[in-house]
Amino acid sequence: MGEIWIPLALSLKVALWATGINLVLGVAVAYGLSRWRHPVRELVDAILTLPLVLPPTVLGYYLLVLLGTHGVVGEWLDRHGIRFVFTWQGAVVASTLVAFPLVQKAARAAFENVDPQLENAARVLGLRELPVFFRVSLPLAARGITAGALLAFARAMGEFGATLMIAGNLPGRTQTLSVAIYAAVGAGHDEVAGLMVIVTSVTCVVALLLAAWLAPGHAPVRRLDS
Amino acid sequence: MSVDVAISRQLTADDRRFSLDVAFSSDSRRIVLFGPSGAGKSLTLRAIAGLLTPDAGHIRVGGRTLYDARAGINLPARDRQVAYLFQDYALFPHLTVAQNIGFGLTRGVLNPPRRRMSPVVAHWLEMFELGAVAHSYPARISGGQRQRVALARALAAEPGIVLLDEPFAALDPALRERMRSELLQWQARLDLQLMVITHDPADVVALEGHTIEIRDGRLWEDARSTTSAAPPTRMDSDLP
Repeated sequence: MGEIWIPLALSLKVALWATGINLVLGVAVAYGLSRWRHPVRELVDAILTLPLVLPPTVLGYYLLVLLGTHGVVGEWLDRHGIRFVFTWQGAVVASTLVAFPLVQKAARAAFENVDPQLENAARVLGLRELPVFFRVSLPLAARGITAGALLAFARAMGEFGATLMIAGNLPGRTQTLSVAIYAAVGAGHDEVAGLMVIVTSVTCVVALLLAAWLAPGHAPVRRLDS
Repeated sequence: MSVDVAISRQLTADDRRFSLDVAFSSDSRRIVLFGPSGAGKSLTLRAIAGLLTPDAGHIRVGGRTLYDARAGINLPARDRQVAYLFQDYALFPHLTVAQNIGFGLTRGVLNPPRRRMSPVVAHWLEMFELGAVAHSYPARISGGQRQRVALARALAAEPGIVLLDEPFAALDPALRERMRSELLQWQARLDLQLMVITHDPADVVALEGHTIEIRDGRLWEDARSTTSAAPPTRMDSDLP
């Protein structure tokens, strides 16, 4: 059973880290974008959505160019003992990048649905901007953000392409569930592969059901911006 | 407390343009800004509260300068010591009645706790007869109770002046009558200075304050003196 548990545990660890990072990063960016009135805003939003549509191999390539041992940032990081290539941290970076738009989009829609009057009420009652965010905007957007985070978790669980390119396929170290399935099928271990497929599917279905249950009105509420 | 306002502001939204240019001062305990909807009453009130920045002019309340374009003074809303009663009350839907009232009394990044309430909050709950709904959420209480919560929340911070944006418009006629007299009772009891905006002539009559009429972003007196045309139309015709 170790051949399933080890990759499953690694997948869960990677997906949880990716979701946690996105909860901070995605929410911060989404809040910024929802308050920012500038024509460039939609361009920034489009660029941030790219990971959703680009082939994972392209993302993996970008990551290698950036974080590889001879990469733009990677060389400097390597001198400080930080490595992303062939490490589970690399898998976290890949999963974070791929799942980022899911949190960002959900959080932005949630923030834009918060009545600005409530934030104004908090300001008139004497609050600074940071308390307004933590006491009014964030709690009112929490449902939408959580739904986005669950989607991101499911997406991170299923990450394959970019993860394989940067973290590789090292059993017990960087071999996540989805990579392990690929390896098992390649080696002809169909039964093991089948079991892992079921485990992955069930995990993702649970996450999606929770997300659907949390999503307001079971359909994303959109507001048109001028 | 004397209120001295002289502000102008140009607004453009899509293809519509609106210019606000009002100046008035008053020592009255009840200042009533009266005029049809879209006249600029709310904009004036928002400017006093610090939620809208004028292009030019000044705002002084009780000798304190809240805004002065020439001197470069523009206090943020949080430092103006002005209470604002929003038209739809703007109660925080995720907080209980007690938490709403105590909202402005805690300054950190955490909301007041759900279980324990401060003596100040308890005092306001009792005064506004809200004890029974202290732990209810705003969606679960009546319209009249909601207004009382909004008022208690605004007054808990002990503001210098209370700005009320169409305080009775959201209530049904029977309740409106009652809340008008309730508001006047609160004012007398707590010695409040009120600035009320309304489009309803009945409010003007009931409040018996210093009435300032605003139309098309101008004071009615000013508009009358600058444009000889257009005799005053009956206010009632502007009501929906």
